[in-house]
Amino acid sequence: MRSLDRREFLHLCGATGTALGLSQILMPDIIEAFSGPAAGHPPVVWLQGGSCSGCSVSLLNSVGPEIGEALTGVISLKFHQTLMAAAGDQAMDVLGQVRKQYAGQYYLVIEGTIPVAADGKFATLGEENGRAVPFVVRVKEMARDAKAVMAVGSCAAFGGIPAAYPNPTGSKSVGEIIRGVPLVNVPGCPTHPDWVLGTLLHLIHYGVPELDALKRPKLFYNTLIHDICERRPAFDEGHFAHRLSERGCLYKLGCKGPMTYADCPSRKFNNNVNWCVGANSPCLACVEPSFPDDSEPFFIKMKEYGPAGTATPQPHTGRITGGGN
Amino acid sequence: MRQIVIDPVTRLEGHLKVMVTVDKGVVCDAQIAGTLYRGFETILAGRDPRDAVFLTQRICGVCPADHATAAALALDVACEIEVPANGRLLRNIILGANYLQSHITHFYHLSLADYVVLPETAPFIPHYRGDFRLNQAATDKLGSHYFTALAIRRKCHELIAHFAGKMPHQAAIVAGGTSRNASPERIQAAKSLLEEIAAFINNEYEEDVRLLARAYDDYFSMGKGCGNLLTYGAFPLNDASTEMLFNSGIFLNGQVEKMDPALITEDVSHAWYAAGSEGSPDAVHTVADPAKSGAYSFVKAPRYGNAVCEVGPLARMWLSGIYTNGISAMDRIVARMLEAKVMTRSLERWLREVNPENACEAEVHIPWEANGVGMTEAARGALGHWVKINRGKIERYEAVVPTTWNASPRDKNGRMGAIESALIGLPVPDEANPLSVVRTIHSFDPCLACAVHLITPDKPLGQFIV
Repeated sequence: MRSLDRREFLHLCGATGTALGLSQILMPDIIEAFSGPAAGHPPVVWLQGGSCSGCSVSLLNSVGPEIGEALTGVISLKFHQTLMAAAGDQAMDVLGQVRKQYAGQYYLVIEGTIPVAADGKFATLGEENGRAVPFVVRVKEMARDAKAVMAVGSCAAFGGIPAAYPNPTGSKSVGEIIRGVPLVNVPGCPTHPDWVLGTLLHLIHYGVPELDALKRPKLFYNTLIHDICERRPAFDEGHFAHRLSERGCLYKLGCKGPMTYADCPSRKFNNNVNWCVGANSPCLACVEPSFPDDSEPFFIKMKEYGPAGTATPQPHTGRITGGGN
Repeated sequence: MRQIVIDPVTRLEGHLKVMVTVDKGVVCDAQIAGTLYRGFETILAGRDPRDAVFLTQRICGVCPADHATAAALALDVACEIEVPANGRLLRNIILGANYLQSHITHFYHLSLADYVVLPETAPFIPHYRGDFRLNQAATDKLGSHYFTALAIRRKCHELIAHFAGKMPHQAAIVAGGTSRNASPERIQAAKSLLEEIAAFINNEYEEDVRLLARAYDDYFSMGKGCGNLLTYGAFPLNDASTEMLFNSGIFLNGQVEKMDPALITEDVSHAWYAAGSEGSPDAVHTVADPAKSGAYSFVKAPRYGNAVCEVGPLARMWLSGIYTNGISAMDRIVARMLEAKVMTRSLERWLREVNPENACEAEVHIPWEANGVGMTEAARGALGHWVKINRGKIERYEAVVPTTWNASPRDKNGRMGAIESALIGLPVPDEANPLSVVRTIHSFDPCLACAVHLITPDKPLGQFIV
């Protein structure tokens, strides 16, 4: 088994600015470097709250490593409602066992918001003594003994759609609920599988990656979409689409690329097949805390930021992409 | 009498709980409930109507294309748009390919562990014990297909991404058609992906379903439920939508009839919603009331007239005359596989019919005031979105989703929902391993993120928690 140092790992993840991501080149190295005996794989618990499961479904689309290899050869996924064989109390008992057996060693992933209105009744998971247990209780319980927590998807990281106005379920992000344990936000609606697996593998093997002010790994969320967009030349030349199906920059049709930090244009989704703008569809800023309320209306041009006449309308960081911190 | 509680029922989308009462080894009562509510309809009020497509598809990460389709259809109606040929075809391709993804995921990744012992490692341990009937060779074969199927379902999403940017949460279906036209290169790439997907469906998937159906043939007479099958129809084959791949219809009390959308109502007598949340979907104002007494679920109870109906692939295959063998847990699994086969052929046709020269998008003007309804078929069954636009904004939005039909609670007449009634009469010889219960629930492929609800436990009986 060859070891992969952090520098090489970051390089493979595309942090050095190469257009290739995990999906294209990581698989053989990841498998070679991180595979181990099944029992020794790092335990991962994945809990779903106010979510649509889209980030889980997106994770299944991983190609580097393929998700089947990740599940059997890289991590030990002890709990995931959509994938695990166990049901009912047999499944819920797994949580207790993991806390006991792997205290301080397991990684906790939260997908979805944590609704706290109506005494937490809007999301419950399992029962204790015949009473439904609020999801918020489960999250706090499991976070206490976790080595690190990942908030996967914009709902878990920032509240996302469930927390959009008027937030009828009192939905909270993970950062608003847990304290005293390292937290990494991996937003997106949904997340790219590379963002999730790349962050998880970094956590496991090198600890907490370098984060931005919103606790997002700079590894994946450090570039303004607008600056690396394939249609940036069209923007600079003033060539704008006025209907979605036309050619040109989508800025005037509501693209929020100029206020959004992620590597979608270079990484692309679904095995490098395409991304939103590639389908003539405006960026919704789905990785930002402002999603969806301040990304809307989706098809209306964003407010302009920065001095008039500058080529790149730079967002006012504190106000537009800031928030949580 | 014993009460068995399974909370959560896993390997489905969302949070589901079931309580069954078992008397002399047979289920005599059942209550089914989800344990999550997000309030999408409340969130949608006041927003730009066009945003409904991208917002409502995020109701569900398994069926986003399906919600996007229903939302776009509702807006097409409200805005009086005629969708051009490529808009129709590309929407069909995006939704149809998601059927394939959904059906393959359902069989291999959500259902298989009920029938086959998968590798004895996380996340496949622990698992129920007992009634597993396949020999080692068959077990190994299906176990390896679990992993092959992961790659195939991923390719279904790659096919969609060629036209829709990414998946889940496609980016191309919009009011008026699709945002990007197909290019010859994208069509070619999609065709070769489809070839590979179709080969898997026509060989492994079909054979594996047959293998399971033989080994568990008693499940052809288990889990029937209400016996009524409903479909709204989907996949227009011409621009006027006068010809559909799946026609709308209802199999009601043993008779096939025309489906009348005006007979669809929602009942909230046992659901945690305030007065005014019931009635016709184009008039309700959904307001959650988690403290309502007598309620045990956040899923409403849609009814056709007064009738309880099952929706899904079996309903579509039945009303298309493709499969009318019976209504049972195993028939649902077989019908889903047959539908996947039908869909691969339809996708081939639509990929041939898309001509990059044709338009994909009609111009959209949001009216000051309008109503729209979009009725289609999600992979899991009949899906309807109702929108009311006022002052150019969404005033009211209502989605009646497949799992609301299937996983509904009792209504004001005390009639059980489709899954609840399908559980009645199931043999449960071993209360610690209620395999027949989870197999029957999974046969409906419930998607609870769509059909959000809650429950308060009342427990008159000695409780046996599994």
